[in-house]
Amino acid sequence: MNMMASGLVPLNLTVNGAPVGRMVAPRTTLADFLRTELELTATHVGCEMGACGACLVLLDGAPVHSCLVFAVQLEGAQVETVEGLVARGAIAGLQSAFHERNALQCGFCTPGMLVNAHALLERGGVPDRAEIRDALSGNYCRCTGYEAIVDAIEAAARAAQGSGR
Amino acid sequence: MKARAFAYARPRTLDDAHAAFAAAEGDASYISGGQSLVPALAMRLQAPQVLVDLAGIEALRGVRLEGDWLRIGALTRHADALTDPLIRAHAPLLSAAAPFVAHPAIRNRGTLGGSVALADPASEFPAMMLAMGAEMEIFGPEGLRRVPADDYFQDLYQTAIVPGEILVALHVPVVGPRRCWAFDELARRRGDYAMVGGGILAERDGGRIGALRIAFFSVGPTPMRARAAEAVLTGRVPDADAIADAQRALDADIDPLDDEEVPAPMRRHLARVLLGRLVRKLEIA
Repeated sequence: MNMMASGLVPLNLTVNGAPVGRMVAPRTTLADFLRTELELTATHVGCEMGACGACLVLLDGAPVHSCLVFAVQLEGAQVETVEGLVARGAIAGLQSAFHERNALQCGFCTPGMLVNAHALLERGGVPDRAEIRDALSGNYCRCTGYEAIVDAIEAAARAAQGSGR
Repeated sequence: MKARAFAYARPRTLDDAHAAFAAAEGDASYISGGQSLVPALAMRLQAPQVLVDLAGIEALRGVRLEGDWLRIGALTRHADALTDPLIRAHAPLLSAAAPFVAHPAIRNRGTLGGSVALADPASEFPAMMLAMGAEMEIFGPEGLRRVPADDYFQDLYQTAIVPGEILVALHVPVVGPRRCWAFDELARRRGDYAMVGGGILAERDGGRIGALRIAFFSVGPTPMRARAAEAVLTGRVPDADAIADAQRALDADIDPLDDEEVPAPMRRHLARVLLGRLVRKLEIA
């Protein structure tokens, strides 16, 4: 048992399917760990207080704010970032729907949007627009609006259902 | 927006957690889900020397029936309030409140125990503990004790928990077949703190309201029980007259502060509106 570590703490977890072992400072958030230690910079750091959603990753399969978790809390955990989702083709449908609908402008919020949308679509079925908006209630887009983003997620859900549109 | 450096401890038992906290001589924080604490650390509103992570303590986990009570381990996540069959069946006010708590990613990580230990007067779950007549199980130097919700919330962010003690579990009286409930809140935006929110847990009594508990949040320094309104409604058919009488009585129950966004008279008005909605939602028949 690690009763009291004042310096760096050993950390072993799985990121995008690969085991990762590092010594980390306890104050390092998961977002900073991913970006600076692992150079996984698709996870964006915006507000650093759990409001904007740009830093969402999957933690043991569920979307969480990586700015609101310290890396040291994650011994043995499974983390998947946007890079991992892209590499295994899990969000290819969402990516092309976002592209097709022009569902972004500067793109800063997009990784978080994709992580959340992926988790929503994983539940299966085609969520209605209110459900999509509710799922995205913790994701800010400061460039444009949410209409095209909701369109894209709805279109990706329909495409995944095979109904097309 | 980065936390100050701290030492980290991840104990496996309540005793070890308490010892780690005590060793820091008061300069420690427990962390559970961290969805309120981490922002506070990032903004340096808090800067403890030691962070004691409760996540490895098995005694804080699990949801199970214990006789007429549902024991909800403190580490149970907000999202579980939506999906856990025992919570849905026996603590339906928590399931009704959960969709209003922040947004999905916060609910995936935040814990019920963390929310009730923090006791934010604007939060949904602490007030629902009051509405349900829950009891908080607390680990302290004398071992475990249980504190009823009516005695637990003491002042702004102040509970019966003293520094170093750990909230272990929430015990909720199971809902019988004649119970009905209602939850609602008024917020400017989805996921924002409510301007006013509340919940009712009531017994049906042949078309009348039997024993009931009403609790409001965002209307004072703590979650607040609406005892005067409860007294008015007990034994009444929930018609327009009963609701109007309860709305008048509610003024004595709440203590809203004046703030720039929502002046106290406005909060009082919104609380009356909300009480009417809650009573009309009760399925008394």
